[in-house]
Amino acid sequence: MSKVLMKGNEAIGEAAIRGGCKYFFGYPITPQNELPEYMAKEMPKRDGVFLQAESEVAAINMVYGSAGAGGRVMTSSSSPGIALKQEGISYIAGAELPCVIVNISRGGPGLGGIQPSQADYFQSTRGGGNGDYRLLVYAPATLQEMVDLVMDSFEVADYYRNPVMIVGDGMIGQMMEPVEFREPKKRELKEKTWVTTGTKGQRKPNIINSLALDPAKLEEHNFKLQKKYNEMEKNEVMYENTNLENAELVVAAYGTTARIVKNVIEELKEEGINVGLIRPITLWPFPTKAFDEIPDSTKALLSVEMSLGQMVDDVKIASNGRWPVHFYGRTGGMIPEPEDIKSKIKEILGGR
Amino acid sequence: MAVVFDRTNGLVDRPTHYCPGCTHGIIHRLVGECLEELGVLGDAIGVAPVGCSVLAYDYFNCDMHEAAHGRAPAVATGIKRTLPDKVVFTYQGDGDLASIGAAEIIHAAHRGEKFTTIFVNNAIYGMTGGQMAPTTLIGQKATTAPYGRDVEHSGMPLKVSEMLSTIDGAVFVERVSVHNPANIRKTKKAIKKAFEIQLKGLGFGIVEVLSTCPTNWGILPTDSLKWLETNMIPYFPLGNLRMPKEVE
Ligand SMILES: Cc1ncc(C[n+]2csc(CCOP(=O)(O)OP(=O)(O)O)c2C)c(N)n1
Ligand code: SF4
Repeated sequence: MSKVLMKGNEAIGEAAIRGGCKYFFGYPITPQNELPEYMAKEMPKRDGVFLQAESEVAAINMVYGSAGAGGRVMTSSSSPGIALKQEGISYIAGAELPCVIVNISRGGPGLGGIQPSQADYFQSTRGGGNGDYRLLVYAPATLQEMVDLVMDSFEVADYYRNPVMIVGDGMIGQMMEPVEFREPKKRELKEKTWVTTGTKGQRKPNIINSLALDPAKLEEHNFKLQKKYNEMEKNEVMYENTNLENAELVVAAYGTTARIVKNVIEELKEEGINVGLIRPITLWPFPTKAFDEIPDSTKALLSVEMSLGQMVDDVKIASNGRWPVHFYGRTGGMIPEPEDIKSKIKEILGGR
Repeated sequence: MAVVFDRTNGLVDRPTHYCPGCTHGIIHRLVGECLEELGVLGDAIGVAPVGCSVLAYDYFNCDMHEAAHGRAPAVATGIKRTLPDKVVFTYQGDGDLASIGAAEIIHAAHRGEKFTTIFVNNAIYGMTGGQMAPTTLIGQKATTAPYGRDVEHSGMPLKVSEMLSTIDGAVFVERVSVHNPANIRKTKKAIKKAFEIQLKGLGFGIVEVLSTCPTNWGILPTDSLKWLETNMIPYFPLGNLRMPKEVE
């Protein structure tokens, strides 16, 4: 198949439809509006349903209803909107329903701004809604990777009966790149026997629910969920390790920040400085095992983020005291300059 | 001997957790009877609220989906848009529908979502122990209105049916009560009509049912029925506020 030049947000919409998305519920917020707009245009033509909800709270609850009724369903938003969706996300995770949630994030806190940011790392990997639950969180760095992950995410969500979140900052939503749409990777899926589609008088009523008033039952349910999350940690971790051989320092960065770091690595090579990169593709489960490939030559780690140090916590956990962990970040919609990353690396390596 | 009264297949054979004298049980039964008599139990998907009827999913003999507090209309929208041929209903209390979920019910009505809402108005928050609801009457005591509801402080009780009847998408709006047998029969008629209107795909339908909460009102069940009649009905008048032209 040939490549097509597309804007990030529209490419996500097209990938979702090709991945089997049939229902989309959303509410406008910059910088992700081209996505619901694309769905509004395409869904009716392609046997799907688009509905603009009255709020993010309503949108995610429409997703909750649709997923319960067996729909392959998606919603998208940006940071403050995702904050509002947390109530519903917790209910959906609790009731074990599949859905795909896209966060084209922007600077915060509060209303913040509309420029790209990665300050929703905690929000996406630590919950935000109440209770012991986890989402599978993808953070692609290119539009091609975005398209591939979006396409596969519906199968993954169905496989685990769990929400999948795709995090891209405003930069990836707004940029244009050539993409190729391949076939989604199919998984072996169990029949959805639990859906609320009407009993037809053929079976006992199904109940979609996240309430368990008996604490012993609720604990048991949480243990069951945890088992599933452990499976994800075993099987779904994705990352990219680059230029680790002989690296004096290893940077951890994801999404568009990782792209900037890749350029920095090339430039430093010319100055005779070897820097490696660990790029988490799944933010949760975090690719702790990626750190096992770090060579003996490495003296320190550096987490570079478009936030004031959120992923750095996970980098510290993954490094487990084996290396000193440093941090460099910009926030509020400011993008890290290659020069500043370079000087930070040189400073860590002893003022070279 | 002819059977004059039997259990409905619309409810499962299980005792409910409702307080003695609470009319939630009667309203459940009426909804179950209507679904059964219309022959749509196998196609029905109910959405349960947060409130005393949070466990409604354990009682109705059809597929059920539990929603977050106030969000039942959004959940029902998701279900109905996914399965347009099914019979979808929400069952919600007045705290759930008129307070935290006010936006969701207004916009579901506004879009003319083709589902049915059974709105149980007992003028108080039952489940959480008798706090004030938007529907609590002037002077009525509640744990968070210990001196009685005061207009200056909390506004007038919200007339949900009147409000929704101003919205074009709400094609069927009726207020009924279950304080005596004659009104219980009228309530059943209204609920059936609302479901029939959904089956015809005409738009959004809501039946507001005035109900009792003897526990949190702090009065005997029989006195509660009387209290409903003398205090609630004058402020929340019974009757149809909207009927689709196709049906009139
Ligand atoms: C988000 C959220 N806020 C508050 C509550 C607590 N809560 C449970 S039931 C309820 C009131 C329900 O009252 P109503 O809808 O009138 O139903 P009733 O119990 O009277 O039948 C509240 C406030 C909750 N479960 N979730
Ligand atoms: S608290 Fe009130 S509304 Fe709730 S079950 Fe008891 S009587 Fe009914």
